[in-house]
Amino acid sequence: MQHLYKKIYADPEFHELESKRGRFSWCLAAITIISYFSFILIIAFSPELFAKPISDSTVITWGIPVGLFIIILSFALTGIYVFRANSEFDRLSKDIVDHVKDSAGE
Amino acid sequence: MLRILPVNKHYVAGMFLLISTSVVYAAGAIEGEVQRQPLNLTAITMFLLFVGATLCITYWAARRTKSTKDFYAAGGSISGLQNGLAIAGDFMSAASFLGISGLVFASGFDGLIYSIGFLVGWPIILFLLAERLRNLGKYTFADAVSYRLKPLPIRSLSACGTLTVVLLYLIAQMVGAGKLIQVLFGLEYYLAVIVVGVLMILYVTFGGMLATTWVQIIKAVLLLFGASFIAVAVMNQVGFSFDNLFSSAINLHEKGLAILSPGGLVSDPVSAISLGLALMFGTAGLPHILMRFFTVPDAREARKSVFYATGFIGYFYILTFIIGFGAIVMLVNNTQFLDPESGGIIGGNNMAAIHLSQAVGGEIFLGFISAVAFATILAVVSGLTLSGASAISHDLYASVIRHGKVQQGEELKVSRVATILLGIAAIFLGIIFEQQNVAYMVGLAFAIAASVNFPILFLSMYWQKLTTKGAFIGGSIGLLTAVTCMLLGPTIWVDILGNANAIFPYKHPALFSITAAFFFIIVISKMDSSDSAKDEAIAFEDQYVRSQTGLGAEGASQH
Repeated sequence: MQHLYKKIYADPEFHELESKRGRFSWCLAAITIISYFSFILIIAFSPELFAKPISDSTVITWGIPVGLFIIILSFALTGIYVFRANSEFDRLSKDIVDHVKDSAGE
Repeated sequence: MLRILPVNKHYVAGMFLLISTSVVYAAGAIEGEVQRQPLNLTAITMFLLFVGATLCITYWAARRTKSTKDFYAAGGSISGLQNGLAIAGDFMSAASFLGISGLVFASGFDGLIYSIGFLVGWPIILFLLAERLRNLGKYTFADAVSYRLKPLPIRSLSACGTLTVVLLYLIAQMVGAGKLIQVLFGLEYYLAVIVVGVLMILYVTFGGMLATTWVQIIKAVLLLFGASFIAVAVMNQVGFSFDNLFSSAINLHEKGLAILSPGGLVSDPVSAISLGLALMFGTAGLPHILMRFFTVPDAREARKSVFYATGFIGYFYILTFIIGFGAIVMLVNNTQFLDPESGGIIGGNNMAAIHLSQAVGGEIFLGFISAVAFATILAVVSGLTLSGASAISHDLYASVIRHGKVQQGEELKVSRVATILLGIAAIFLGIIFEQQNVAYMVGLAFAIAASVNFPILFLSMYWQKLTTKGAFIGGSIGLLTAVTCMLLGPTIWVDILGNANAIFPYKHPALFSITAAFFFIIVISKMDSSDSAKDEAIAFEDQYVRSQTGLGAEGASQH
């Protein structure tokens, strides 16, 4: 296995895939972290923003839809990640591994 | 908090409250004095049905549990959807069901802050950890960390982190279980703790991960069904309009409009950020949760399981929010559920969901929800015990003591003995801590998971220059910082030990302990110029390829 790891590590296509995948997952992680901590910091520093009703005709305050939005966003982001990782990234990764295995005669 | 209320309904009169310190953790504790209830036969019948079904599953699972891989990882044969449900079953505890709906009942919007904190760890686990963990590890997260680092120190530290987290969590669960069952079923406290302990030993010892997984799946389905039923009944009551739900709640609640805005629960910024970090990264360091990723055949299914789990858990938290507001609308003016002395609801705020189940579904549904609450506790403690047992048998015994030279049968035997010992320890600790305040324990467990397990796992995967020395010393400092800050902080130093002023001013130490762990791990790794440090940096390349491609990763066993 070790020699295959070395060959894959030396393959520029592998690094290209990894930087694409890395950018994608860090970007999604950043969205999650930023939205959650913005939520927490608004509660800590200016809770009155979340206490305003969303319109004149309702009692529902901004905090509730924003909170629900973060729950739904978390779920949606995991869905987006799984969709792309299980199709595009897995396919590219398999291509690289197969290619290296072929050239190594295995 | 000693306040025994007069019995005026046949099943509740006790008081159990966990929100007093504003620490509601996913599997938090149920606190305070409770008064034992007369036997509740509907609830007991439904619970016996659950126990009968799960014991049949355990018998079935026991016949399929032959190797260590079967015992620790259900043979790697669980599908993404099944694992997603099992993760949800592991994570949605009785205290998060009763505690968060009780918190919403008491203070409205604030309940949502905790729900969201518990949820946002999941996307992070998926984006940063899940597939790498699956590709590198075998049975425990320490497998992944010791892929290129020295197994002896790394596994000792990981096992230490795992066992501390598991024991703290177990004590909180056992004490909560004893009190809850006392209230719902009318069993003696010690009897309730023994029943939970014995059942969990049976599930795990004989059925291993396969039985544990199915107990968690069944419980997740029952809990999601029960909570959905209550929420739909509530929405039906208010004509399926959220505006009606919230405006009736405002009219009835003593705090009025304030229940729709952030209250005083998270006020100072340092505590807010610290709590946020503990919730987000603590989830990503919980050993019994990380272990679940080895039960699926490959990284593909591991990713799917987080997607499903996030969906189920998110949906569940939305339900608890509706249930909390529904309890305000349907219980506050209903004398059947009010305690004439205090004016609050019978049994305290944490009983909101339980009373509501009776208000919307009568005696039968009340029995069902009580049985689900019991089943919930069993599922959570089984997962914890299995995780603790594998730290003892796989990390400490097989790898540290025997240097990996151990027969499968022998390791399996050790893991079963470890399960039984942990179960007995849990029963004893549950009884010893009956009168203690245990709410801080789950908080501490999250802080430790976020300050020890998470940093070493994360850096081992993402930072080539991480060395054994850095991980070991930095991780230990993270552990010590979390424990010391907690001991000297307001929760233990002031509330429990009775000192006037806290030496460490914040309730949540995670901000400081996570920073300390990362700082020392990085500095010490950078200073480490030994030959082994160089080898570890070179080995990172192989580890990186395996973690990203899954080449050479553990597959599903052939059955």
